[in-house]
Order: sequence, then C-alpha cells, then structure tokens
Amino acid sequence: MRRVISILIENEAGSLSRVVGLFSQRGYNIESLTVAPTDDATLSRCTILTDGDKMEVEQITKQLHKLVCVYRVSALDEEAEGGLERELVLLKIATPNRNVRDEIKSLADIFAARIVDVNPEIYTLQFAGSSTEADNFVSTVCKSAEVMEVVRSGVLGIARGSHSMHN
Amino acid sequence: MEKLNGSAQVIRTLEDLGVTEIFGYPGAAIVDIYDELYSSKKIHHSLVRHEQAAVHMADGYARATGKVGVALVTSGPGATNTVTAIATAYMDSIPVVLITGQVSTNLIGSDAFQEVDTVGVTRPVVKHSFLCKKPEDVADFIRKAFYIASTGRKGPVVVDIPKNCQNPRYFFDYENIPLSEIHLRSYNPTVLGHKGQVKRAATELAKAKCPVLLVGGGVIQADACGELQTLARRMNLPVCSTLMGISAYPSDDRQFLGLVGLHGLYTANHAMHNCDLLFTVAVRFDDRVTNNVQKFCPKAKIVHIDVDPASISKVIHSDIPIVGDAKAVLNQVLDALDELKLSANPELDSWWESIEQSRRERPLTYNKNSKNIQPEEVIEAISNAVLGRDDVYVTTDVGQHQIFTAQYFKFAHPRHFLTSGGLGTMGFGFPAAAGVKSALPQACVICITGDGSFQMNMQELSTCKQYHLPVKIFILDNHALGMVRQFQTVFYKERYSATCLDDNPDFVKLADAFGHKGLRVTEKKDLEETINKALSLKDDLVIVDIRTDTDEIVFPWQRSGGSIEDQMFSKEDA
Repeated sequence: MRRVISILIENEAGSLSRVVGLFSQRGYNIESLTVAPTDDATLSRCTILTDGDKMEVEQITKQLHKLVCVYRVSALDEEAEGGLERELVLLKIATPNRNVRDEIKSLADIFAARIVDVNPEIYTLQFAGSSTEADNFVSTVCKSAEVMEVVRSGVLGIARGSHSMHN
Repeated sequence: MEKLNGSAQVIRTLEDLGVTEIFGYPGAAIVDIYDELYSSKKIHHSLVRHEQAAVHMADGYARATGKVGVALVTSGPGATNTVTAIATAYMDSIPVVLITGQVSTNLIGSDAFQEVDTVGVTRPVVKHSFLCKKPEDVADFIRKAFYIASTGRKGPVVVDIPKNCQNPRYFFDYENIPLSEIHLRSYNPTVLGHKGQVKRAATELAKAKCPVLLVGGGVIQADACGELQTLARRMNLPVCSTLMGISAYPSDDRQFLGLVGLHGLYTANHAMHNCDLLFTVAVRFDDRVTNNVQKFCPKAKIVHIDVDPASISKVIHSDIPIVGDAKAVLNQVLDALDELKLSANPELDSWWESIEQSRRERPLTYNKNSKNIQPEEVIEAISNAVLGRDDVYVTTDVGQHQIFTAQYFKFAHPRHFLTSGGLGTMGFGFPAAAGVKSALPQACVICITGDGSFQMNMQELSTCKQYHLPVKIFILDNHALGMVRQFQTVFYKERYSATCLDDNPDFVKLADAFGHKGLRVTEKKDLEETINKALSLKDDLVIVDIRTDTDEIVFPWQRSGGSIEDQMFSKEDA
C-alpha cells in the first residue's frame, strides 16, 4: 500500500545519505523523495513515498526514528485528520503551430496549469496537484501534443488540521 | 580559557572522559594525534598488528567492563580494516568509539593517498558517525560519540578527523564538558517503561501457568542481571537464554534451562514452545533463535521489554511491548508486583514437573566412550578447572567450539562470557580476550577457539608479548572448519568442499616463535593436567593445542523451517 512519510532531519552533512541508506539497507522501496531546508534552517524536511503494509510502515518509521539525525517522523495517513499531498509537474511541449498552441492553452485552463516559459515552438507548463491529478494531466497533454520532457517533484505532504511536525 | 590544538583536544577530551586504554595503529593521517598521545600520562595505548584487532580489543574491553572501548586508526586501509570489527560491535550492541584519521578537508573527494569515505563505508554498521569539518568540532563530536555509544541501545560510533583538524600549530579554546551536559534534540532514548504496560506485564506474569523468562544480551549491557535474577526467583520462572544472554543468569542454577535456538538445549526449546507466557527481556528474536516464525511459541502471549522500539514486533508480534532500559523496566515490574501484591503462581509446580521431565529425558550429552577427544569434554574440563573462581573471563570465536562453550561452560557472573553472536565473526575471540586482559590485568582470561578462527587474528600474539597480556588460548583443533563441515556431513553427502585444514601451523612452535608457551594434548588422559598446567602459568600467554574429534557434530540441531523444538539429536535424525 502506498504511504507518505514525512521526516524532519538535522540539516547536516550525511543526514540524507543515512535516510536513503536505511531504505536500501533494509530493502524498503522509495517511490519518490523530496528534501529541502525548513523555515528553521537547522532542520530539513524530507518526504518519502513508499509502499508497504501497516507492519512494514511501522517498522520503517521506527527504523527512521532510530537514526540519530532524525528529529521527527510521521506517516501521513496515520495522522488524526489524514494528510494532504501535492506534486509539482513541469512539462515541456513542442508547439509547432497555432492549433497545438491553442489546444495546450485550453488544456492548461482546464487543469489550472500555468504556462511558465514560451518559445516560438515550445511551451513549458507548470502543474500542481495530487499525484492522481498529475497523472491525468500528463496523460491528457500527451494525447494532444508531443511532450519533450516531463519533470515531477515527487510527493510533498502535510497533515490536515492542527497537527504540526514542528510542535 | 585553556588553548589547545586539535590533536591535544582529542587526547584531552578522552582523558576527561576517563579513558585509560586505547587500542590502535598509527599512520600519516593520524600521526599528529599519536604525537599528543605520546605525552599523555593518563592513557595507555596498545599497538595492535592489524586494525581489525584494535576494534575487537576495544570491544572486548567494553563487554567486560561496561565502559566505552576506544580505538584509534589511520585513514584509508586503517579505517577499512576495522569494518568487520565495527559490524561485530554493532550487531551485539557494544559501546565502542572509533577515531579515524582522514585526509585534509581540502583533499576530501580528490582520491588522495590513503583516502576513503570512512563515514560512507561504515554507515550501515555504526550507530552514528561524525566527520569533523573544522578543528573546533573535534572535542564536541568525541563527547557526543561517547554519549551516543553508551546510552539507549548501545553501539559503535565513528569519529572521522581530517588531518587539518589535528593541526598542531592551530590553538583554540578547550573546555571540559561532562557527558551529563550533552544534549541532542534528535536523540532521546526511552528509559522508563509505560506504567500501564508494566502493570499488565506483571499481572500476566503472576497469572501464567506455563511462563518462560527469555534473556538476551541487552540485560548484560544494561547491568540488569541482579534485577533479572530477583524477578526469576521471586516468580519461580524457568529462565532460557539467547547466545548473547549467556552469563546473565547463573548456568548451574536450578531455574536455568540453558541456551535456546538453533543449537539450544531441548529442555529450553521445549519449554519455550509450550509456554503460555513468554516474558522476554532485551532480546531481538534472531532467526537463529526463532526458527520458523510462523511456528514460534504457538500458545504464548509475548511480553517484550527492549530499549530499542524498532526491535519490538520486528520479527515476532508482541502482545505487551514495553520500550525502556532493561534495568529500569525490571525494577518497575518488581515494584508493580509489590504494589499489586502478586507472587509466584502456586500452579507452577506441574509446569516445573514437565520441565524436569524433559530435562531427564533429553539431557545435553555426547559420546563419552570415543577414544578421540570430544570437544564437549574439553569445554567441561576447562569449566571444571575454574569452577568457583570469580576472576575467569571466557571469550570464544565462532563455530562449533562457540556453541559447545555456550552449552557446557558454567558461568556464574555476567560479562564473563564474550562472544560474537550477531555477526558471527571468526577472529573475534583472541583480540577480545587481549582487550579483557588489558582492562582487568588480574583476571584469568581464557580464549576458547578453533584452529580456523584462531588463524584469522593470530598476529596479535605479538601485541600480547609487547604489552604482557598473558591470556590462555585453548584451540579445539579438529583440523577442519567444523561448523561448515558438519553441514557437509549431514546435508552435502560428506563433500568436504574447502573445510579441511590439514596444513595448520604447529601451534606449539608458533607460541614459541612469538615468545609464548605452547602445550599440546593428543590423548584424553592428559587433558585435565594440561589445562591445569596452562592455567598455572599465570605470567605466560599459553596456547594449548587440543586435538579434537574431526567428526563431532553439534547437537541438538534445529530442523530448518520447523518449530523451535523441532530438533535433531544425532546424525540418524537427519
């Protein structure tokens, strides 16, 4: 089963390799991984999309917590009010003629995507949404135009409601 | 404030932490620290002959004393040579701090001479590690390393110090900060157990009709053996032990059923399989204990006390998990029993009767009529020779002799049995014994080893000569890699692929060449006398080469895929 795990780690050399190393060492899967410093510069927040049953995810979170560089761990769907997930997608599309450009413009409107870079024959689109929405968006655009490149950020997650990892 | 250079800060920090023994090997990237060590009056250093042995010695020192063992090596090959020994300490949760030299920070990543990514190479086998990027980090990282190594679930910590951080010409402030003032926001091991869970566990313990207390190595590491014995006696519990738990409970006590698992005593495995409450303290349900987890203790409710939350329900689901330090939690359990006015269940008599019956029916035994010396009788003879002595420490290597020692040797005190249980490192026993002897010069330190294992670290005979470490080495010399060979005997149609050691050195002459004493036993009748003679040579390192039966097999032996009590007792059972 698909799970999103949020981790606050000490923002120091080697922290990320310990987290990633743990996954490969113990045979856990990483579907996606994002990491960036938080508003507290001494901590980084890492979001990992993995899969596993309840027992496996429990073991993953325990093992993560055991790492000395890990400050907090939270499995999103274990939180009281569930979690919110978002992915960012950047899509580079060949737009050789007016028809394609119009088509892309209207698709962008429908999906609430933005055209963030325009060249004579290339549009770059930006889309943010859940992973399922991102899948839909990409496959729809693929049917209407030649997609040159797709970049996905991987999942970002935050708990709904009052829960915060920083408290 | 006092100003010291980086190297001096390393040595001073170690001194201020109370370190008196270091095991190590110098090299270009650590030579500045060695220069400071030269003038230390508080720290004694033992120069090993291979870095692996330095960490095994520090590990043996730590296991015997409970203090943090310290090793010091250079960069590159110095560091990589320690990896097996670090992993050994990691698997058995032993507090060791390893300080490694590193190339200067400006050379890191350039494939410099003797450069290796030490933190990267050791990462999967350390509890934590530090790479100093500036000299000012050095003292702080070493203190944190000690704090992390010696608290919670203990383990090895590496501190990698680049050469420029050791610069003897750069002086900066040094302040002595005790470990009690170390705080790490991301590391807070749980000490006390959850009160409600403790009460539940105490209640179940008093209610159970067929309880078993299973002891792991963590009980020894937490210095909780006194509490454990109090609990066992008070509740009249049968006590079983994992390999790492051996010596936590006196071996000759009536309530002690012995080793469990792959080569566990039938009585112990049988009791485990049939218990209705398995009360476990600081075990991790290793696959060599559980056999098939689906068939593990089918009738039992499981209480699991462990300081490491990740150990709980990792392999075996726990009905009453309690996270906390073994000593603290056992005290809580004892208090809860008082509070709830609970005592031993009077219905335990029939459970004890069935245990005694299995003991009578299937005692630990071997062929006493063989004309060849049986390894079991060697262990019994050594054990008898030191019976009643409180100053005897026994280390083993890995293989048949290790299991025979766990089965047959009578231990009365915790920390007096040292073995590589988790990683199963051949070559551990001898350097570990040397480490114990460094820590406890008055103790009688015995290394029980095999001809295969001993040859993995025998270069340390030289170290033992240099620092006068007169340990007693008993080689159960069967001219084979016995543990693998017995597999080949039973399961591989006696195809002895790469397990024959027909060209061993003459171990007696070897002892002589290193300036030690060597003795040999080839006849049963000489066994006892030679063992006594070796033990009487107090100031000599003695190697006793004992020619044992090559064909002897360790029994009982679990059938793979079966339950814990599904065991073979002879070759015919296979």
